[in-house]
Amino acid sequence: MRAVTWRGVNEIGVEDVPDPSILNGHDIIVEVGLSATCGSDLHLVGGYIPAMRAGDVLGHEFMGTVVETGPDVTRHQVGDRVVVVSFTSCGQCWYCRQGLFSLCDNGNPNPGITEALWGQAIGGCYGYSHAMGGWAGSHARYIRVPYADQGAFAIPDGVSDQRALFASDAAPTGWTGAHQAGVQAGDVVAVWGAGGVGQMAARAAMLMGAERVVVIDRIANRLEQVRTHVGAEVLDYEQTDVPAELRELTGGRGPDVCIEAVGMEAHSPGPQHLYDQVKQQLRLQTDRPTAVREAIYACRKGGTVFTLGVFGGVVDKFPLGAVMNKALTLRGAQQHGHRYIPEILDRMSRDEVRTEHLATHVMSLEDGPRGYRMFKEKEDGCVRAVFVPGT
Amino acid sequence: MSTVLTRVLSRATHVVGSLVSRVRSRLGGSSPAGAGRSASGWLSVTVLTEPAALEGAALPAPLAELGDRIDVRLRPAPGDRGTELSARLRSGAPRGSAGSRLSGSDPEADLRSALRRAKQLLEVGEVLAVDPAPHGRRSATPGGTLLESWTKAAPKAGVR
Repeated sequence: MRAVTWRGVNEIGVEDVPDPSILNGHDIIVEVGLSATCGSDLHLVGGYIPAMRAGDVLGHEFMGTVVETGPDVTRHQVGDRVVVVSFTSCGQCWYCRQGLFSLCDNGNPNPGITEALWGQAIGGCYGYSHAMGGWAGSHARYIRVPYADQGAFAIPDGVSDQRALFASDAAPTGWTGAHQAGVQAGDVVAVWGAGGVGQMAARAAMLMGAERVVVIDRIANRLEQVRTHVGAEVLDYEQTDVPAELRELTGGRGPDVCIEAVGMEAHSPGPQHLYDQVKQQLRLQTDRPTAVREAIYACRKGGTVFTLGVFGGVVDKFPLGAVMNKALTLRGAQQHGHRYIPEILDRMSRDEVRTEHLATHVMSLEDGPRGYRMFKEKEDGCVRAVFVPGT
Repeated sequence: MSTVLTRVLSRATHVVGSLVSRVRSRLGGSSPAGAGRSASGWLSVTVLTEPAALEGAALPAPLAELGDRIDVRLRPAPGDRGTELSARLRSGAPRGSAGSRLSGSDPEADLRSALRRAKQLLEVGEVLAVDPAPHGRRSATPGGTLLESWTKAAPKAGVR
């Protein structure tokens, strides 16, 4: 089958790879209908997560049709239209039973790597390096889905493929951030980053009862999407002093909840960006925490800062003093999508969550390198390039 | 792969493991003599099942295969977290260095892997397989080959 693969730093290929097969009793094989690029892929493309091998199949956000089931699968049949959560989680360990699915003890077949980096291994993720399990990604005609009764969800009739696609990763990641950050009725919530995840975090916060939700970015068409499709307020960080504006619109308090949906390649207009980039390129820090720092400074006393963007290693000049003295709660997580996807699909069917606008550029797998270039460079207003393997 | 190359890669993986260990140590992980090991020498996983379900039952196959080379201990985990399943080598072999543990080449590597597989069998009923995973053409680069070597060792590697 054809697949979009990582060939090296900033080098994407399209090549023939073997079809997947059932290896465990709880597996299914899905014929991929749609597969999206994700901002976190860019950390792989740029070489910031050095556990990729040439030939690895990319992609972790996808939906499609079940074409084969393992003997122990009970919830799915051939022909089912499903969306699959990007994390591989067993559903049976203590973490999964607590609803903390991305922390699954059993979903990463290569636990030694992340255990060495972080002290404990977390679950696996499709197409996201050998550190996260070495799973083949979804930018291919077929994909093997382990733990299918846990990770694949039937798409309700009436929800389009293009809407359901983002119930795989962007929406449940946003839900994870807003819910785990403890957004409550009456809160003011600030979200850094107006990509797919940031938009969905903002939408989740609104549906959880936040009084005001503000999304911060610099890219005009993404901010327009926030206004039009999410219904949140926006701030352009190249045109305004973000902490000052947030203080003004919260009566001097600062947001109750600050959600960072940017990750390790954050951008900022000031000299801080140059400083962080130089240190990152010299490998003196692995991640650029620009937006996290700003979120910590902006957050109200006693508030919560949530790191939802992907970070891999260590950062520099972390304002721990502000965290301690302002009594902040600092949390983070990969997505616990298994617990949120049923609600998201239900809300999608009621038109309370709309995501089709994120798929600004839909194309064939053969256009994989072009899609990633457009996505990375944000050419032509690209918010997400989405591949259609069947074309 | 030639034996020489295998040795080189094994050594390289060990070196990477040592580097990671040193970085983690510098970042705040305490690292006294005998770093990373408990005084008792038990390796443990917590399994979400009642101790009664394990007491008197046959050991899961991955641990049973180690036969009389190991001691096994069961302890209830606090807060309804299940059962702490521990095992240690009877030989009392000195524990490997941090680098060898992270590269899965220490004396306890097989035991570490067996504990993980036993936990999966008890909780899920199967041991998760990832290979063969579809992939495209592999370039013969030192970095890629090193990563492959570490990936192969990863099921046995760890900090515990």
